[in-house]
Formats: sequence, structure tokens, C-alpha cells
Amino acid sequence: MSRDVQAEIQDTLDKNPVLLFMKGSPSFPQCGFSAQVAYILSELNVEYVGVDVLSDPEVREGIKEFSAWPTIPQLYIKGEFIGGCDIVKDLFESGELRTKAVDSGVISTES
Amino acid sequence: MGLKTIDERLRLAFPDAEITLRDLTGTEDHVEAHITSVAFVGVSPVERHRMVYKALGELMKGPIHALALHTHVPEHNKESLS
Repeated sequence: MSRDVQAEIQDTLDKNPVLLFMKGSPSFPQCGFSAQVAYILSELNVEYVGVDVLSDPEVREGIKEFSAWPTIPQLYIKGEFIGGCDIVKDLFESGELRTKAVDSGVISTES
Repeated sequence: MGLKTIDERLRLAFPDAEITLRDLTGTEDHVEAHITSVAFVGVSPVERHRMVYKALGELMKGPIHALALHTHVPEHNKESLS
């Protein structure tokens, strides 16, 4: 039976409030853009799950179709596509990413 | 493929745009782009990037390895955003 990558991606999104499709892993990113987003998430103290697209070519292509977005990394919060590296950086710098994370309940406001 | 091709594609899609391209590595495949266009007024960042990716088409599938993308609206359109 052939694999339904789109359904798999949806399922993974349903199970993980903050999901980062990236090259490499959160502790060993293998691309500068993925590393920047991983860094931002750790700066915000957001718990997230990283999906390494390099280890799964079908997901690597599938997520591009799923999000209608041709590049990696891709950040999702509560199933909502937030953007790639440039957008995440802009939202972080403007404070909007923190606000979104707090509003979504994926970040602790205590520090 | 070169910066010229990228520039042409973008001008076709965003005729009014002010476009600045920078070759980040000297190899013309890691590119930083600043695009200012009225087409972006009232459009979310995600949709703006999708518009640009669509304009670049197959260039995003190999010829351009990395694109740092910054979209802006013209100064005189800014007040209509909020």
C-alpha cells in the first residue's frame, strides 16, 4: 500500500502543538536557516518537536506541497503555518511570535 | 540562471516593484531579495512570500538554493494597512 504522506503530516500536526520541519534535528541543525529558527524557539522557551526532512525524502517533498511553500524550515503552531526562516525572524524581532506563542498556550509566561 | 533571471521574473510579476537583489555567496544561488510593491498592501507575510515563490516558479526548485526574502509596501501605502 502506498504511503499517504499528506495524511501523515496532518496527523503529526494534530499531535504536536509546535512543530518545526527542518534540516537536521533541534540539537544538530544541518542548515543555517533551520538553525536560526531552532535558536529562536529555544530563546522563547517554546517546547517543540523537530521533524528532520533530510531523513525522509517523501516528507521533504510532501511538506512543500502541504504548506504550498517551497522551502525548509517551516514552523507550525497549533496546526497553523507560521512561515519560514525570514518570517519567523521578523515575527520574533517584532515580539509577535512571543505573543502568538503565549496566546496559543505553548509558552510559559513565568520566567 | 543568474540574478538577472530572478530580477526579470520578479519584474514581470510585480511591475511596480522596487527590487534589490544581493548575491550572498558570489555564486548567484544564495540570494537576498528586498521587494517593495503595492501588491503586498494588506497581504499577510506568508501570502506575500507565496506570491514571490509563485513568480519564481521552478527557479525555487534547484537553481535558487537559498532565498532570504524581505517584502515591503511602499511608504505612502503604509497608513492604509492598519
